[in-house]
Amino acid sequence: MLRAAAAAENLAIAVLGQAGAVLPAFGADGQLSGQEVFSQQLVTGLSNGMIIALIAIGYTMVYGIIELINFAHGDLCMLGAFLALTIVGALGMAEWSGVGGVGGVVLLLFSAAVFCGGLNWSIDRLAYRPLRKASKLSLLVSAIGASFILVNLGLFWGGLPMDVFAGGGSSAAPKDFPALVSNRDVLTLGDVRWTLNDLLVLAVTVPLMVALTVLVKFTKLGKAMRAVAQNPTAAQLMGIDVDRVIGSTFFIGGALGGFATVVYSLYNNTISFQMGYRMGMDAFIAAVLGGIGNLPGAVLGGLLIGVVRSMSDQYVEARWTNAVVFGILILILVFRPSGLLGAKLREKV
Amino acid sequence: MSAAAPLLKVEGLKCAYGQAEILHGVDLQVRQGEIVSLIGANGAGKSTTLMCLSRVNRVRGGRVTFDGHDITGMRPEQVVRLGLVQVPEGRRIFPRLTVRENLEMGAFIRRDRDGIEADLRRAYDLFPILRDRSAQQGGTLSGGEQQMLAIARALMSRPKMLMMDEPSMGIAPILVAKIFETVRDVLRAQGMTILLVEQNANAALRMSDRGYVLETGNIVLTGTGQELLGDPRVRAAYLGE
Ligand SMILES: Nc1ncnc2c1ncn2[C@@H]1O[C@H](COP(=O)(O)OP(=O)(O)O)[C@@H](O)[C@H]1O
Ligand SMILES: [Mg+2]
Repeated sequence: MLRAAAAAENLAIAVLGQAGAVLPAFGADGQLSGQEVFSQQLVTGLSNGMIIALIAIGYTMVYGIIELINFAHGDLCMLGAFLALTIVGALGMAEWSGVGGVGGVVLLLFSAAVFCGGLNWSIDRLAYRPLRKASKLSLLVSAIGASFILVNLGLFWGGLPMDVFAGGGSSAAPKDFPALVSNRDVLTLGDVRWTLNDLLVLAVTVPLMVALTVLVKFTKLGKAMRAVAQNPTAAQLMGIDVDRVIGSTFFIGGALGGFATVVYSLYNNTISFQMGYRMGMDAFIAAVLGGIGNLPGAVLGGLLIGVVRSMSDQYVEARWTNAVVFGILILILVFRPSGLLGAKLREKV
Repeated sequence: MSAAAPLLKVEGLKCAYGQAEILHGVDLQVRQGEIVSLIGANGAGKSTTLMCLSRVNRVRGGRVTFDGHDITGMRPEQVVRLGLVQVPEGRRIFPRLTVRENLEMGAFIRRDRDGIEADLRRAYDLFPILRDRSAQQGGTLSGGEQQMLAIARALMSRPKMLMMDEPSMGIAPILVAKIFETVRDVLRAQGMTILLVEQNANAALRMSDRGYVLETGNIVLTGTGQELLGDPRVRAAYLGE
């Protein structure tokens, strides 16, 4: 198997070999013990949770700055996945190996990030900026419209006559996303087993979250973003170009979604034009759960949703998982309407 | 007074919210180094005037010239870059930015790091309480402290002219005195040009070179601070006599 995956895996094993025993973590009889199943679900849940969190940050940033639930955000991420698969197909990336394979994954990540960032910026420019002074409801309707357009673009895109899209046979059918990064275990800590894919999720999401925190806390742009969120008129009076700061927020939120969607596709190996709805719903719930507008809240909410989903799939039943997730959302909204980390009151001084 | 062109020249300024016209053609001028007050009853359109001049509100008609530039069609950030900066009514501090970050936002249009640091120290010298509170969130300050922060924040851009909207509103009297003293002594000594909007007409006119009286969107009276203080109509309407 001469694939990017195999080579990247060897690379990672070489790097991580010191850190933990590289052993398949099966019990002596080859059956997973209850404890091991739990650990496995926990890792899967956390990995998916980190992906959800990265998407949730896009919701929460945009909400924080213009009080809009950007319903198009999940669908934007879906198009990022379609772009990534198109690149995989066009470059024959499934056959890439070694350093080339790692480079391929990096290329996908950054292409999707720039694409989703740019697209999100454009959506703001075309669909939201003209409505800055309009009611929040008009803005919301515009977001729902943008979502429909993106979904239909995805449906059209999936019908392109490329091998990776099954020759365009059925545009609506889910597409296989090649496992460029393998699912073999590379690291065992106690009875928690990590695949290369789990590590990829961490390697992408954690640095991005740290970078975003630094940006928002310490850079001039980050401070301007917070200033615009807290008092846009005062920000204008300071000479801050409010529309430009809002545009930057859309770009950054979209780019994070682009990274997330590539990791999601590599992790779950299937994409479809409807994935934006599912990812967007999870991420939106995560953002509300954590306290919408609050960045650490979005991460906490994402992790919780990821773990709850994965545990519910295992211990309840997969078909009940959506009900469990929404049940939790309802409970939170009833008992803590501002979310887990949200401010109790919206201060408007 | 010099015959030089005024720093700020407002001609026939009209402004509306939706269909309701609020300013019906305001004319006023402020020369370099002057302190000019704009007084008038609640709802006369004073804040609307300042927001129009800052280009936050849409201008419906008329012309505004600042420092030789026609700013009527400019964007708010361009006006700030030209040096016309407002300390808004109600202070509009960024509540969850620290005091220091609030001041940094005041210097948003500048890139000279060293100059900004020097001006931060100057701001802390002007209002020492801000130095003690520099790491605290703006929203935790008292009203008077927030007003000082708002003034210091506006100064951080190195403006040519300040427009102050009711700096004494809702503030403890002792801090009002401190703020007026700063305007009168410190800023005037620096040669700062100021357009001051005040409900406290007496205090405002006392420290002003000239004043304008605004009534439901029209300038009805103008003169030096002394003249207006002595004018029977002003005394009756705004000085409570
Ligand atoms: N955002 C707004 N929308 C509609 N009307 C407004 C708005 N702001 C102020 N007004 C109206 O404009 C008039 C002037 O208000 P304002 O400029 O705030 O007066 P002042 O500062 O002199 O007290 C008032 O009648 C007020 O009701
Ligand atoms: Mg007012």
